[in-house]
Amino acid sequence: MNVGQSCNRVDAFEKATGRAKYEADLVDRSALVAKICHSTIAHGKVKSFDLSEAEKIDGVVKIITCFDVPKNYFPTSGHPYSLDPNHQDIADRLLLEEHVRYYGDDIAVVIARDELTAKKAVRAIKVEYEEYPFVLDPLEAIKEGAPQVQENFPGNILAHTSTSGGDYEEAIKEPGLLCVDKWYETPIVQHAHIENHGCYAYMEKDRIVVVSSTQIPHIVQRIVGQALNCPWGKIRIIKPYVGGGFGGKQDALYEPLCAYLTTQVGGRKVHIEMTREETFWSNRVRHAFKYHLVTWFRKDGTFVARKMEAYSRQGGYASHGHTIAVKGAGAFNQIYKSDAFKTEAYTVYTNTTAAGAMRGYGMPQFTFATECHTDDIAAVLHMDPVEIRRKNMMEVGFKDNFSGNVNYFPSHEQCMKKAMDYIHWDEKRKLYANQTGPVRRGIGMAIFWYNTGGYPFVLELSSCRMILNQDGTIQVQVAETEIGQGADTAFSQMAADAVGLPMESVHVVTVQDTDITPFGFGAYASRQTYMAGKAIWKTGRMFREKLLDYASFLLKQPAETMDIIDGIVVNSDSHEELMTMQELAVTAFYNPDRAEQITAESTNQCKSNAYSFGCCFAEVEVDIPLCKVKILDMVNVHDCGRLINPALARAQVHGGMSMAIGFGLSEQLIYDPKTGRPVNGNLLDYKISTTMDHPHLEAQFVENPEPTHPFGTKALGEPPTCPGAAALRNAIYNATGVAFDEAPVNAHTMFKKFSETGLFEEVEHNV
Amino acid sequence: MYDFNHLYEPASAAEAVEMMQAHPKAKIIAGGSDLLVQLRDGINAGCDFISIYMIDELRGISIDAEKNIRIGALTSFSKITKNKIIQENVPVLGEAADTVGGPQIRNIGTIGGNICNGHTGADTAGTLFALDAMVELTGPDGKEIIPIAQFYKSTGGVDLKPAQLLTAVIIPEKCYTGYVGCYYKYAARNAMDVDIVGCSVNVRLSEDKTVIEDVRAAFGVVGPNPVRVILAENKIRGSRVYPELAGIFADAAVEEIHPRTDFRGTKEFRLHMAHEIVKRMFTEAVKKAGGDI
Repeated sequence: MNVGQSCNRVDAFEKATGRAKYEADLVDRSALVAKICHSTIAHGKVKSFDLSEAEKIDGVVKIITCFDVPKNYFPTSGHPYSLDPNHQDIADRLLLEEHVRYYGDDIAVVIARDELTAKKAVRAIKVEYEEYPFVLDPLEAIKEGAPQVQENFPGNILAHTSTSGGDYEEAIKEPGLLCVDKWYETPIVQHAHIENHGCYAYMEKDRIVVVSSTQIPHIVQRIVGQALNCPWGKIRIIKPYVGGGFGGKQDALYEPLCAYLTTQVGGRKVHIEMTREETFWSNRVRHAFKYHLVTWFRKDGTFVARKMEAYSRQGGYASHGHTIAVKGAGAFNQIYKSDAFKTEAYTVYTNTTAAGAMRGYGMPQFTFATECHTDDIAAVLHMDPVEIRRKNMMEVGFKDNFSGNVNYFPSHEQCMKKAMDYIHWDEKRKLYANQTGPVRRGIGMAIFWYNTGGYPFVLELSSCRMILNQDGTIQVQVAETEIGQGADTAFSQMAADAVGLPMESVHVVTVQDTDITPFGFGAYASRQTYMAGKAIWKTGRMFREKLLDYASFLLKQPAETMDIIDGIVVNSDSHEELMTMQELAVTAFYNPDRAEQITAESTNQCKSNAYSFGCCFAEVEVDIPLCKVKILDMVNVHDCGRLINPALARAQVHGGMSMAIGFGLSEQLIYDPKTGRPVNGNLLDYKISTTMDHPHLEAQFVENPEPTHPFGTKALGEPPTCPGAAALRNAIYNATGVAFDEAPVNAHTMFKKFSETGLFEEVEHNV
Repeated sequence: MYDFNHLYEPASAAEAVEMMQAHPKAKIIAGGSDLLVQLRDGINAGCDFISIYMIDELRGISIDAEKNIRIGALTSFSKITKNKIIQENVPVLGEAADTVGGPQIRNIGTIGGNICNGHTGADTAGTLFALDAMVELTGPDGKEIIPIAQFYKSTGGVDLKPAQLLTAVIIPEKCYTGYVGCYYKYAARNAMDVDIVGCSVNVRLSEDKTVIEDVRAAFGVVGPNPVRVILAENKIRGSRVYPELAGIFADAAVEEIHPRTDFRGTKEFRLHMAHEIVKRMFTEAVKKAGGDI
């Protein structure tokens, strides 16, 4: 068995030695280089360009402006296409924009013989704008008279949805109820994957080939077709090794523009490569949220009625739009139960960078708000935070009728128990109860809700192809992409077990090419292991049957009496070795009577989903006068079903915890309120936490096998990012007695709050 | 690809000065950890560079018979931190150099570049102010050695005359013998960062450890240049050591600084942190020197 083992990554050697080829490694020197001219205002109209200086620069091939591009509005979100027009993503984007909607919007592009020339020419372009007032905040943007970001969305509301259950107004009439009514806020953050997005395009016959650093090759193929208004089959997308995405590349970024540009220079190769700064200004960011949460509860800590208003900051273009806000709204009445609830979710256009998918897809934001809120309720009752969750969290047996998800196991309780034991919760809550000095310690926790894949919000399917080689090894192809998370390794392990081969006999093809790779949707929604796993199982069992059928022909023995174990055809009962896969393969290819290449291929449409639960516990030390937080310890415990590869699972959790530390304590893209310009769109001033800011990150698991999956597995890609920020905030609350309602809790927010609450004076006095 | 026009590579300081005279508009480049980042953003695009990086005579740390320490301008941060002379005599400078950026930057970045870049938050500059260090400048008229504070223009940045090169930093014996120094870089994270405010303090106690014989403190990012707090130093110089002294010194010190508000920190934030860290660094330095505070 390979599943369940910490096998080495199948791409470890390639990546560690630098042999793995990424997009920028593949583009050859014949390529022209395109550089984008970004707007230097936050909102307005481009009136005219003066290109005279730029065009004079030697080496400039062509300059294309927003006045030149076709007016085909297209969506960019990496969702599967929907046949229902009402369910399709909003098409509000052009290749280049005359109506500038944020500082850094794409208004023109220079194609030149090299990067330096292109950069020089971009600097030489003069732009005349008609400036409009701009709006950065969603609550401002929905006010009457606010600047209009998108013409077709009056009031800037991209979407508004409501849900409710029970009778809220009636429920709150119960005598003796207590209430916590508060606002919580999360920042704009950015994926900051190591490899910036890049792509190059060229024409081959009358088709356009785009090699791109993307998570979603088949979806990008469709979007490029839409953007260029051409048959989708005219577009071929190739995805090589990718250095991270975190959802930032679950969008069509510059593939449509690049594909268009090659058509404008006679099919010559054109390369667009983002700088790090551009990834902040003009790629995608995480939706910032403002939440208004109200909970009515009894003195025993049970929740009676709960209400949530959520305002999601979309930025200038729809991208993934309202789906992010909807995910949190859907979780609201599930993670905690109550007699009645109401949610209102708004997604609001603003003059900021378009927000798209980012690891956790709304749940890090939602979890920050609800888990801070739950601790705020516990504080009113002087109740242990674990205890209040035990009283209210989703019960075993709960079923969500929409997704069909069932809470089969007491996962939250099991995960919390493990984390409490690890971090010595009870002991430390007591120890940290009455501190007075300038440096204080605290401990906090948070739980989270997550699900697996996109069903039933979007269509879910995965296709898989297996091909026998002459030596008995196989190629496996799926459309789910390796983007650094270790998917190819998990696929290899599952494929090996589905067929009955050793790992080294399985070659997962890491490059997706829409001309070759079977159809599927790519890497997002923590879906790969779950969705591709199902397709690999289905195809693997078909493939295995074909192998046994051939073995039956050769050995003159019924297929049912044989099995394939570790690459050897054996008698099912005695396990007597009958034939190696190598013998079988070479015979199959060259047998004069029955020569064939044994292959199998199938699509698995998935109509199930699976809850993936867990928690984070954190211990901090706060130096109050310096407004500094040191994380002493941090543990995530996940129930993501059966672990396919424990070492890789831990690595996923470590990465997610690291992102949660940044989200909770330091990361924030700041816009200048006077100009709308992002002021810290670089890796110096945008504060990603470093290894020097991390404690030991402890990753633990509870392995309840998921009943809906052949390998018993479910989501782990995104969940680790969800609970950490709230756990840290709650630990800081425990240490200082100050409840922060805004992430990130950085030195500046602490300085403000400690000043307001008089904590500096108190500390000074105690010293 | 970097957008510069021509690269000149002198083999000696003298040749560098000649080249600077011949190409007065050319930029001097050492490790390049600041200039190349700026160039990438189009700042100085198309300029000529005179790279002094190959001039080995500008590298290394030595100590003369009078125990004056000489640090070649091209000495990297990591070499300073790991150098025995520095560790034994002015460990605070090695500690400050070790807070710059990350390991790669500390290997390529130089102390001369750190100073000549003229940034108020340069980690070594504040410490050199607090050490009363001297800088050696080499130009067409030969060498001159001036106090580091004089090397800065009042409006910010350093005052290099035409064709003049910073060739060394000198820490005179009298500036460090008997002193204990502490440096604190207040930044948003523990690596790969710049100061929001920085503070370096040097203290010399009497033989019986009860009197502050001398104190020098300097801040970064509280004005256009690193700045010494002379009045505060004068106020407590000669005072006996007692617990409240750190607070008194800190109160006086922040009277002399004028930080500004920017997106990295407000004026109030910087004043608060400056007060706290000068108090802590003073206390730590006195303790390290054997004082009871």
